[in-house]
Amino acid sequence: MTLVERLPETAIRTRALAADWREAIALAGNGLVAQGLTTEEYTAEMVSAVETYGPYIVIAPGFALAHSRPSPAVLGTGFSWVGLSEPVDFGSESNDPVRLVVGLAALDHDAHLAAMSSLAAVLADDAVLDELISAPTPAEVRAILTRVDRADHEGS
Amino acid sequence: MKIVAVCGMGIGTSVLLKMNAEKALRALDVDADVEAADIGTARGAARMADLVLTSAELVEEIGEVPTEVVVINNFTDVNEITEKLTTFLDK
Repeated sequence: MTLVERLPETAIRTRALAADWREAIALAGNGLVAQGLTTEEYTAEMVSAVETYGPYIVIAPGFALAHSRPSPAVLGTGFSWVGLSEPVDFGSESNDPVRLVVGLAALDHDAHLAAMSSLAAVLADDAVLDELISAPTPAEVRAILTRVDRADHEGS
Repeated sequence: MKIVAVCGMGIGTSVLLKMNAEKALRALDVDADVEAADIGTARGAARMADLVLTSAELVEEIGEVPTEVVVINNFTDVNEITEKLTTFLDK
């Protein structure tokens, strides 16, 4: 399954407001819970991961991949998407502030690889990423992701 | 050559780093095996690898290993990964 196939509108929030990085992760967690993919415990686990290891999840300028390891709090594999209206600092030396948080839950270490590939392709393109972050609605985010997917397949 | 891409949990950021490291290696025409590892298995995996790739925040967690540890700041930037791999390979 590609990324857009794993992101129904219920999984996406655009122009969301988060006061700090914990709230930003909580929003991503809510998106996973809304799809029945995780329990609220997983949201706490995602926050805990950053408390323990630092903001290693901010892996590219402006982008954080919130996640924790497969645990009983994970019921299914999938993603959530939170575009922030105001950038939030996570404490990352090279990649703050964050404008987009993608939440990830995986049942095992391989379940989500095709979607991660999709995500990698999207993140690699600065113009597309900007478009996605500024998208006003979840439907618009899905439309852009679908367009990117289609272009990728036509190219190969 | 064996490379280990390390992240905190083994499912997210290390997978992205592994994918992009593989892209960089293809572009450099270098034959290497890239494994994604979480911080728990990183030290063990590092002992059997030639190179460790990870983020700045996790270098301390990985601690002392007999293998070179290279920090990647932007896991989605294949150019950064390619540059750093080239520097390592040139040694």
